[in-house]
Amino acid sequence: MSDNPVFGRIEEEISDNEIVLFMKGTPVFPQCGFSAAVVQALTQLGVKYKGIDCLADPGLRDGIKEFSKWPTIPQLYVKGEFIGGCDIIRDMYHAGELQQLIADKGIQQQQTA
Amino acid sequence: MPMLASEIEELIKQSLPDAEIRIDDLRGDGDHYAAYVRSSVFKDKTRVQQHQMIYDALRGRMGNELHALALQTSVLETT
Repeated sequence: MSDNPVFGRIEEEISDNEIVLFMKGTPVFPQCGFSAAVVQALTQLGVKYKGIDCLADPGLRDGIKEFSKWPTIPQLYVKGEFIGGCDIIRDMYHAGELQQLIADKGIQQQQTA
Repeated sequence: MPMLASEIEELIKQSLPDAEIRIDDLRGDGDHYAAYVRSSVFKDKTRVQQHQMIYDALRGRMGNELHALALQTSVLETT
């Protein structure tokens, strides 16, 4: 099950980058409304993150779902931990929990609003 | 192939028998749903775990036949 060669790459990305968003499209041009919603929340928080386009890599697109046991994209990771998909991130953002989580993890955020 | 709201509800019920479920067909196209699920089994589970329980109940349909299912889960308190 963990033989999937793409898992190594995913582990590297989520350990090298504090916040990683596996998404469809790029932060500048999201290709899906759900990915765009998460991009928007992260932008509002003013945090740095790495967006990885799963549409550009079919192995990654399937691999990330297997890695997290989560059937959909986008998927947000903070400090190596899977936080959730679009619904969860949106709820957490509106409840102020995402801000709290990022602060608790000691990640810099610039207030834009 | 889109799924019927009743099929989604049935699959969730099979795995979470005590669940209170409401399903809205967001666009009336049988392809974009929102589901509100309340069950006692969600107690002490993280949101990720709660949603994973629903995805498990849907047995691989999520992300395939079922393109969009916005989920909201909450704990059914048993007293």
